[in-house]
Amino acid sequence: MTPSRTAFAAILAKDLRSELRTLQSLPAMALFAVTAFVIFRFGLDRTSLSGSLASGVLWATLLFAALLGINRLFVAEREEGGFDAIRLAPIDRSALFAAKAAALLVYLLVLELVVVPVFAIFFLDSTAALGPLLAVLLLADLGLAATGTLISSMAVHSRARDLLGPLVLLPLVVPLMIAATGASEPLLALHGPGYHRFGTWLAVLSLYDLVFLLVGYAVFDFLLED
Amino acid sequence: MTPFGSGLRALSIATVAAVAIAFSLVFFYAPLDADQGFIQKIFYLHVPLAITALVGFVIGGVFAILHLRSGDRRWDAYSYVSIHMSVIFGVAVLITGAIWAKASWGHWWVWDEPTLVSFLIVFLMYATYYPFRYAIEDRDRQARYASVFAIVAGAFVPLNFMAVRLAQSLVHPRVFATTNGGLPGSMMLTFLACLAAVALLWVTLVKLELTAKSASGQLKRLRRALDAPASGGGPRIAPEVS
Repeated sequence: MTPSRTAFAAILAKDLRSELRTLQSLPAMALFAVTAFVIFRFGLDRTSLSGSLASGVLWATLLFAALLGINRLFVAEREEGGFDAIRLAPIDRSALFAAKAAALLVYLLVLELVVVPVFAIFFLDSTAALGPLLAVLLLADLGLAATGTLISSMAVHSRARDLLGPLVLLPLVVPLMIAATGASEPLLALHGPGYHRFGTWLAVLSLYDLVFLLVGYAVFDFLLED
Repeated sequence: MTPFGSGLRALSIATVAAVAIAFSLVFFYAPLDADQGFIQKIFYLHVPLAITALVGFVIGGVFAILHLRSGDRRWDAYSYVSIHMSVIFGVAVLITGAIWAKASWGHWWVWDEPTLVSFLIVFLMYATYYPFRYAIEDRDRQARYASVFAIVAGAFVPLNFMAVRLAQSLVHPRVFATTNGGLPGSMMLTFLACLAAVALLWVTLVKLELTAKSASGQLKRLRRALDAPASGGGPRIAPEVS
């Protein structure tokens, strides 16, 4: 039996390499996000954003861009027989969950590396909020990676996978978005970043991450049985 | 196949009696609320429905865990019917909640009431159970994935209540006291009778649905047995029929 850590590293490296070579998800996600900002600029008719509007625009855009990547996360596994290969391989199946969630986390971080500075250039007056925002982004990404991997791995086996992933995932991440927007809103306030209940929201985000990482780890075995 | 139908008649009669008693308590025994008057009586329907629906979702999750642990498809049927009935009760919760909100605040929907908003989000989550379940064709996989969904959604419910409550508690005071400690005894008694009646209704409807499902399953098996060539299919299917 191959140790889980080796399997994890191998699957993660495979995913990142194939994304680097095909560039299937990330450019589309980034392009989607930037275009969404342009649409928000006209939809809201504002050239600069702060407070709840800024945090709403940022998180709605990031969430929908993430959905694009989440939808494609297991498509290659399904179409090219990756699932069968994993089932045949002498490895712990949870390694696939961990590796896929890690790959998704990397996608989201790279996406934000591009999109958040663009957001700041487009809409923000100061960049003071970006430092503490990093903590919120990291914790929210972790939660999105856990739930996204879990739902995507199930949706990919259904008839309407492009429809089903977002459909199930959106209500599931509502608490995550409540906490992420709640923490970002005072950070992006007009008169410099504030920290109203910042710690509480970070605690909620961490709890959400913990719960769904554990649930995902616990149930993932049942998703690969056949 | 276990005979789901046994005891259904007694259960139905008990439910009708409990609902009749609870409603007569609501209309003839419980006092009129000093602030809200007659409209407050919808509380006796709205809150028990909400509690029963939420408990039903949890029960669906527990059945899902049993299904994954044992691999017995019957638990999946229990889990499905529990969630199904709770979603139907959830529609009633949202409608009665909207009526109550209109009567006491003047709007059909209020975003400041965290319990109502949380319930809407939970309802939306469980409403995706149907498209999710029926988009998966393989029956074994469908049962397994539906169970995983029920467990994930079960973990989601408390997190959601917490996040929605946190998002509002400091901004807006609670309009109703949710603790029943503030209720006078006669109201409390009526409320408990209503809760028992609604819970009994839920159990009866779940049992009825399971009975209908098992009957149609048996019918399908009998049809298949009749159609199948006598040499191959007959003996294999016979034990199930008896």
